[in-house]
Amino acid sequence: MAAELHVELVAADRSVWSGEATLVVARTTSGDIGVMPGHQPLLGVLESGPVTIRTSEGGTVVAAVHGGFISFADNKLSLLAEIAELADEIDAQRAERALERAKSDEDAAAERRADVRLRAVAVR
Amino acid sequence: MGAQLRVYKRRIKSVTATKKITKAMEMIAASRIVKAQRQVAASTPYATELTRAVTAVATGSNTKHPLTTEVEAPVRAAILLITSDRGLAGGYSANAIKAAEQLTERLRGEGKEVDNYIVGRKGVAYYGFRERKIAESWTGFTDNPTYADAKKVAEPLIAAVQQDTAEGGVDELHIVFTEFVSMLTQTPVQNRLLPLSLEEAVEESGTKGEILPLFDFEPSAEDVLDALLPRYVESRIYNALLQAAASKHAATRRAMKSATDNAGELIKSLSRLANAARQAEITQEISEIVGGASALADATAGSDK
Repeated sequence: MAAELHVELVAADRSVWSGEATLVVARTTSGDIGVMPGHQPLLGVLESGPVTIRTSEGGTVVAAVHGGFISFADNKLSLLAEIAELADEIDAQRAERALERAKSDEDAAAERRADVRLRAVAVR
Repeated sequence: MGAQLRVYKRRIKSVTATKKITKAMEMIAASRIVKAQRQVAASTPYATELTRAVTAVATGSNTKHPLTTEVEAPVRAAILLITSDRGLAGGYSANAIKAAEQLTERLRGEGKEVDNYIVGRKGVAYYGFRERKIAESWTGFTDNPTYADAKKVAEPLIAAVQQDTAEGGVDELHIVFTEFVSMLTQTPVQNRLLPLSLEEAVEESGTKGEILPLFDFEPSAEDVLDALLPRYVESRIYNALLQAAASKHAATRRAMKSATDNAGELIKSLSRLANAARQAEITQEISEIVGGASALADATAGSDK
């Protein structure tokens, strides 16, 4: 059996995705980090950005994460985010419209949110 | 129809209408409790994981952080009181306010100043009427709070805790809300949120006795704690708001149920009275007819003589 780690992707108000994975790549404040089974216990602060989860069935799950934490211990990985969305749930056109609106309104936070969504869609 | 009977009939009609309304409100509240409970359940994984992470950092490193260290002589405390926007919920808001009053009293007794932060129109009205100072208040979302609302509430509180006490900051943060124990029981509770006491945090997350691994912190323990603690406060406030919402709906349901029951009782006793009035009317009519007839009979009998 290939080594696996259990992933829980949780947003503040719901559980977004959970399952077995072989590799999780996320962006912490000090750079991208890849976590594979058996990694040393880790607790890090996440940047807004896409998180890539390679599932044990060989598929790929991409999620847009807006800030949060990554914690890994006992082969269990938790991704905590205030807002987290799977790339499949994101409406690319709506995100693009939001990005344009945010740019014209000079709303930095909204612009970043829309940008993260779009990047997650692009990775998919 | 006699005047008495008409009055009773009218009152029965109006009470019936009221009963229909309270019954509807009861059913709406009942359906909302389920929804609110589901939201509480959905927010639990995040809260548990966050508490685990906070405990891990706080126990795994010797980091000192303003949000976890107790001040030797605290001079000011903040109380966040969660009430509802609307009434018709029995003693729900009143009980929460009473609990906050007790806490205020206790803190004042310990020689601390108290800043009031209030969620919900009922609490604002109570403090406003008594012309007490409110540091900040929020209304309009108590029935269905979102995480964004919790963030909005947490922001000035965290800022106040981080600020120096001499410049108007606070040393302690307490939260008063109504805990949803079950459909029938909701109790107002007073919790100290900050400075964080680790034993409580561990108990709440149900990780007591679990040995936490030695974590590698990215980028550093201080930075992680810096980022974690505000999120922790937000998530606790979010949880309190959700529980308070569920409690409010449960309290509404109970209040409306007893209102419906009372209306039923009232209708019953009023219809008894209406029946008695109708009987009395009929009896009177009969005795009038009989009286009239016998008077007539007496008169004709008298004229024959």
